Amino acid sequence: MTRRHETAQRPKQVHLAAHFPGVNNTTVWSDPASGSHIDFSSFASLARTAERGLFDFFFLAEGLRLREHKGRIHDLDVVGRPESLTVLTALAAVTERLGLAGTVNATFNEPFELARRFAALDHLSAGRAAWNVVTTSDAFTGENFRRGGYLDRADRYTRAAEFLATARELWDSWTPDGRPRPFAHRGRHFSVEGEFTAPRSPQGHPVVIQAGDSPEGREFAASAADVIFTRHGTLEAGREFYADVKGRLAKYGRSADDLKIMPGVTFVLGDTAAEAQEKATEIRRDQVSPQNAILALEQVWGVDLSAYDPDGPLPDIDPDPDSELVQGRVKITDPFAVAAKWRALSEAKGLSIRQTVIETTARQSFIGTPDRVAADLTEFVRTDAADGFILVPHLTPGGLDDFVDRVVPLLQERGAYRTAYEGTTLRSHLGLREPVWKG
Amino acid sequence: MPSLHLAVAIDRADTHQAAPYLESALLAEHGSLDFVTLGDSFARPGPDALAVAARIAPDTARIGLVPTVTTTHTEPFHVQAAVATLDWVSHGRAGWALDVSATEAEARLFGRRRAAPREELWREAGDVADAAARLWDSWEDDAEIRDVASGRFVDRDKLHYADFAGRTFSVRGPSIVPRPPQGHPVRVVDATAPQARETAARHADVALVRAASAERAAAARAELRGLAARFGRDPRTLLVFAALDIDLGDGEHAAEPGHGGGPLPTAGGPAYRGGPVDLAELIADWHRAGAVDGFHLTPAEPRRDLERLVNGTVALLQHRGLFRTFYPGSTLREHLGLARPANRYAALTGESA
Ligand SMILES: Cc1cc2nc3c(=O)[nH]c(=O)nc-3n(C[C@H](O)[C@H](O)[C@H](O)COP(=O)(O)O)c2cc1C
Repeated sequence: MTRRHETAQRPKQVHLAAHFPGVNNTTVWSDPASGSHIDFSSFASLARTAERGLFDFFFLAEGLRLREHKGRIHDLDVVGRPESLTVLTALAAVTERLGLAGTVNATFNEPFELARRFAALDHLSAGRAAWNVVTTSDAFTGENFRRGGYLDRADRYTRAAEFLATARELWDSWTPDGRPRPFAHRGRHFSVEGEFTAPRSPQGHPVVIQAGDSPEGREFAASAADVIFTRHGTLEAGREFYADVKGRLAKYGRSADDLKIMPGVTFVLGDTAAEAQEKATEIRRDQVSPQNAILALEQVWGVDLSAYDPDGPLPDIDPDPDSELVQGRVKITDPFAVAAKWRALSEAKGLSIRQTVIETTARQSFIGTPDRVAADLTEFVRTDAADGFILVPHLTPGGLDDFVDRVVPLLQERGAYRTAYEGTTLRSHLGLREPVWKG
Repeated sequence: MPSLHLAVAIDRADTHQAAPYLESALLAEHGSLDFVTLGDSFARPGPDALAVAARIAPDTARIGLVPTVTTTHTEPFHVQAAVATLDWVSHGRAGWALDVSATEAEARLFGRRRAAPREELWREAGDVADAAARLWDSWEDDAEIRDVASGRFVDRDKLHYADFAGRTFSVRGPSIVPRPPQGHPVRVVDATAPQARETAARHADVALVRAASAERAAAARAELRGLAARFGRDPRTLLVFAALDIDLGDGEHAAEPGHGGGPLPTAGGPAYRGGPVDLAELIADWHRAGAVDGFHLTPAEPRRDLERLVNGTVALLQHRGLFRTFYPGSTLREHLGLARPANRYAALTGESA
């Protein structure tokens, strides 16, 4: 049998990545099994588990200013984290094959420096680097940077696209036999010239990830990204998103295989369906503490609701559309609609504030026995709702242990998942081609 | 006699792999040296120094890791976060050698501002060092409380806005990274150039001076410590190291006749050429004379000279009881005998209470 024939026979494979649960409201820090989210040992431990599970990559998010609520630093969720690229570079020492993906903002960095830092990560990890290119939508974050301010949506992505194009010129600027050649880029956002400091890296270019959902974000991903990190974690929304984005590829001369779509998802495992469901309910209660329930409400209403009882009914006052209550989080565009929806649900089901928040905010994506979860993940991928998943465990650092021990073997049995790494670079894990050198 | 400190540069001409740097760092650690340095500049081929330090951190155990990170075209907020993170991943072994990017060629790599005079750039470097220290203090050490009863993960009263406004940038804070293990990672400034001297005296824990004789080194040390005192610092918290290029040739004693006694001035600064034994003599002499607190040595031939330095010079100094044979502590500050700095914001709370 020829190799090509084998590939044609092989069902579509599931890709997996591990998200280190950083600053968010999914981490159940009150659980006694929740360890440090700062100590390097936590990162090393989760990364090693992901590598044991033959995952494509390990993923770190980024935030550049501590969130605020009512003008004060938000204190209810995990706060603070180390800087992504430095942690990932250190992880290259304690892993061998695992891809190392870091979120780094394109608005508050400069192409020469960032291209250099990612080239270093790719060289020092022998071809395992990935960059999640994000932009920022608020001036709040800008107060920590020389540039200050922010860019509006249209400019955000033109800058990000030009930033990435410039980085690629730099990554391509040395000859294949390892000699630097001068580069010069002149564009709307950047005018830079000189010589880059690093040869072409082991993957050609680090893998590029995009995570933003606006039409501009999707277009940017279709034109330039290798992976999309998306929030569309249900079967229907996933298929719609998948079709939309993959449909945009042809006009950039790209094929469906050139861009992998990986929603960020959560999971809860149990020995029986009932046990998993029970655990899931418990986790949701832990994630939405009474204080967090009021906070979630205030983020919609935009007014101080601290006098309300989390176990009582929803307030009957109107949201303040011009509220400045929330800083550093994506603003809700139509608070009246959200408030009306929440109120309707609460009244129909007789739910308290806390119960309503539990019902309406992020929930677990895959709940069930390992067998059920393996079957569901496989179905998502085979029916083009996703190419794989970025798993967001609710505990650090042990939150992936069960998944790797119990679900991965079942995926392998189904023929939906690799039984060994086939290559050494992240591009090879993802089945992505190395970019052609444009000297 | 105060203890002697030794540091060594582990730069290589243009390799982007981790292995050679790791090999050197392990050798230096074998000799119980205080720290290794990794130079950096946007203007020459070579890897990002902080990345190399992070990559070798998990594979080393005690040696201090001091990469150069420049302050001219970088974002102060990112720089302090990266250095603090190096401290986290190395369990308190991070340092930061501050430098400036003064050329027009470097400015064109960024296209954001023109080249500026060194005085101005070093003033800005001082601002960056100041802002960084404030951001490192912006989290009190015990800010993370995980108080289940009140639902609070952090005590927000122990998080502080740095609100730093410098001449060329401002930063609001707090940092995104909790206060690193050493409180403040160790700051190193090459104070040979007069423009860098004030910044070194204000902000450095270790100042390097290129001096061709014990007398000149002693004079530079006295000047730096005097300045530090004028800026309100306890001068003992500023260590001054003599920076020497070393070429240990091949022989136990001076390779060149008449060259064993001391370094010769060269275009690149004072250079020592001779054998490991004579270098040990020089180090012992200068240290005995109280001229310097330590040495920062840059091997001419990375592998050969570092090996000769550790197995020859350092072994001899250890044998004579002039240099430690093991690390009594685990952090770079402990190696250097420098206290962990108090948090300026925590101190304020204490006073007002
Ligand atoms: C799944 C997902 C993960 C994201 N992670 C980050 C992150 O770690 N850091 C960040 O600054 N922004 C993050 N973002 C924000 C987006 O990259 C983007 O800046 C924001 O959504 C605004 O862009 P848009 O208008 O295209 O949605 C994330 C977005 C999504 C959908």
